[in-house]
Amino acid sequence: MAKAPRTQYEPASSSRSVEMSTKDGRGETHVTIRKYSDILEARQKGRELAGELGFSSTDCTLIATAISELARNIVLYAGQGEIRLGTSSQMGNIGVVIRASDKGPGIHNIRCAMQDGFSTSRGLGLGLPGVKRIMDEFEISSRVGMGTTVTAKIWKPR
Amino acid sequence: MVRTLEMEATAHSMMDEGTPADTSALLTALVDHLHKNRTQLCEEWAKRITAARLLTAMTRDEIFAETTAVYNNYVDALESGALEVLQAYARSLSERIIPRGVETHEVVGIVLLLRDVLARSLFAKYQNDFSMLNRILDAYEPAANRIANTVAVGFVQERERVIREQQEAIRVLSTPVLQVRERLLILPIIGVIDPQRARQLTEQLLRGIRTNRAKVVVIDITGVPVMDATVANHLVQTVEATRLLGAMVIITGLSPEIAQTLVTIGVDLSKMNTVGDLQGGIEEAERLLGYKVHPIGELAQSA
Amino acid sequence: MEVPILKQGAYLIASIQSALEDEDLMLLRNALITQVGRTRARGVIVDVTALDVMDSFATRTLCDLAYIIRLRGAEMVIVGIQPEVAVALARLGLKLEGVATVLDLEEGLAYLNQKAPASVKGNHSRG
Repeated sequence: MAKAPRTQYEPASSSRSVEMSTKDGRGETHVTIRKYSDILEARQKGRELAGELGFSSTDCTLIATAISELARNIVLYAGQGEIRLGTSSQMGNIGVVIRASDKGPGIHNIRCAMQDGFSTSRGLGLGLPGVKRIMDEFEISSRVGMGTTVTAKIWKPR
Repeated sequence: MVRTLEMEATAHSMMDEGTPADTSALLTALVDHLHKNRTQLCEEWAKRITAARLLTAMTRDEIFAETTAVYNNYVDALESGALEVLQAYARSLSERIIPRGVETHEVVGIVLLLRDVLARSLFAKYQNDFSMLNRILDAYEPAANRIANTVAVGFVQERERVIREQQEAIRVLSTPVLQVRERLLILPIIGVIDPQRARQLTEQLLRGIRTNRAKVVVIDITGVPVMDATVANHLVQTVEATRLLGAMVIITGLSPEIAQTLVTIGVDLSKMNTVGDLQGGIEEAERLLGYKVHPIGELAQSA
Repeated sequence: MEVPILKQGAYLIASIQSALEDEDLMLLRNALITQVGRTRARGVIVDVTALDVMDSFATRTLCDLAYIIRLRGAEMVIVGIQPEVAVALARLGLKLEGVATVLDLEEGLAYLNQKAPASVKGNHSRG
């Protein structure tokens, strides 16, 4: 009886070798946020990353939206900052980590900012309560005059 | 765990015991031996399989065909040190035999039997040279074990994939979105909803609204005995998403318990359109859509 | 990037092609206000079918736009929110309060026909 045909088998790990434009040694992607088109880039990268990790397309949109909120805050309030996107794995599950940081004016009252309906003088809410709602883990630290960092994680649903 | 093994298998070759030259020469001798004695060893193996009452779901001819293929792939894997082809074969074999009802213990069993048959033949061949036998076994055993692992893991993964697909199919079937009239969808939900099912429901519903261009959706939860706060939240979000797509939502069959859960999570029930039962919900939906349903007798009279 | 604004009978249709930046939104707002005034449009349809992400900025901007357009005497309706975007908006708790949202262009026109019918003489739009 003939042998099984020699099929070209690609190990599951090969999808990880896709080159991303700015990937550092830890496998994180960073996007410098300065202008509006950077928000789009960060969203797109986030969507791609989530897609690669096997998140559903609805969840990819969710993640892109969270990134949009965080990146927009940077543009609006700090002028410049960075979004770092990475992956995390824990107990056999995999997730996306978003870290948005800037050296902007900082948030005076984080508790206020985390309340629904809070808005700054520009009439735009910071969108943070929403991000916290959809992400599984959410951390924010901010010092007035020094800057703000938001770290959020979302795990792939089993 | 399974993923790690697989990655390990692809990352390493099997020749990592002893010095490369040594092991390489030994494996060559081994592979040679296995090629030469193919027919006899294959037969021995098939005999053992039958004796152990494995692969009972397959005919003798099928067993012969598959065992020959496995044997060849096994020897190739020993020879080349590369597991990719074997992995691919294991997958395709699994795809073929799983629908036939072959179980994991059978697949693991037959691979182990092959390993035994080959080992025995080595004992026989080198019985007069104990040190050589030892060296050959040193080369053979790790390789053979990795192969056994690869085939077993390949089978298990394929099984898991099939099970997942079946579960998915069941999920999809058990949450049908029904179009009863133009622009009116009904989503009867039965049973306990977990977050994953809730997500699925939402996606199916929204897709249905788009496809059917529905303007009213009746979500019937008469058949849902209990709902925790997470899923209740999800229901509320589904209602909101539905509204964003321009459709109205009527919830029917809301039990007092679930109503309480909704109130607890801060839902203003007065803002939700709820009707006692599905029938009432459909009538309300028709009213909203501007339908008037006449009983046949009435029509006949006015004719 | 300019947003194309079409006239369909008594209504204006603005199709947003891609994520708008602050400046573009200002331009759109001004363009719509001008056009509503000039054409005496009774309604404005904002088509967001092409938007794959809508965040709080987008929703806030659309709400403001609807408010301003109403001040100018016209009704506004948003059409084409993608299902995934709808889910994200609901999960983020972003509400489009005070703005009507419907499935697509056809529904948008039907909505406006009902809410802000074109005047009887001429300008009778049919989708």
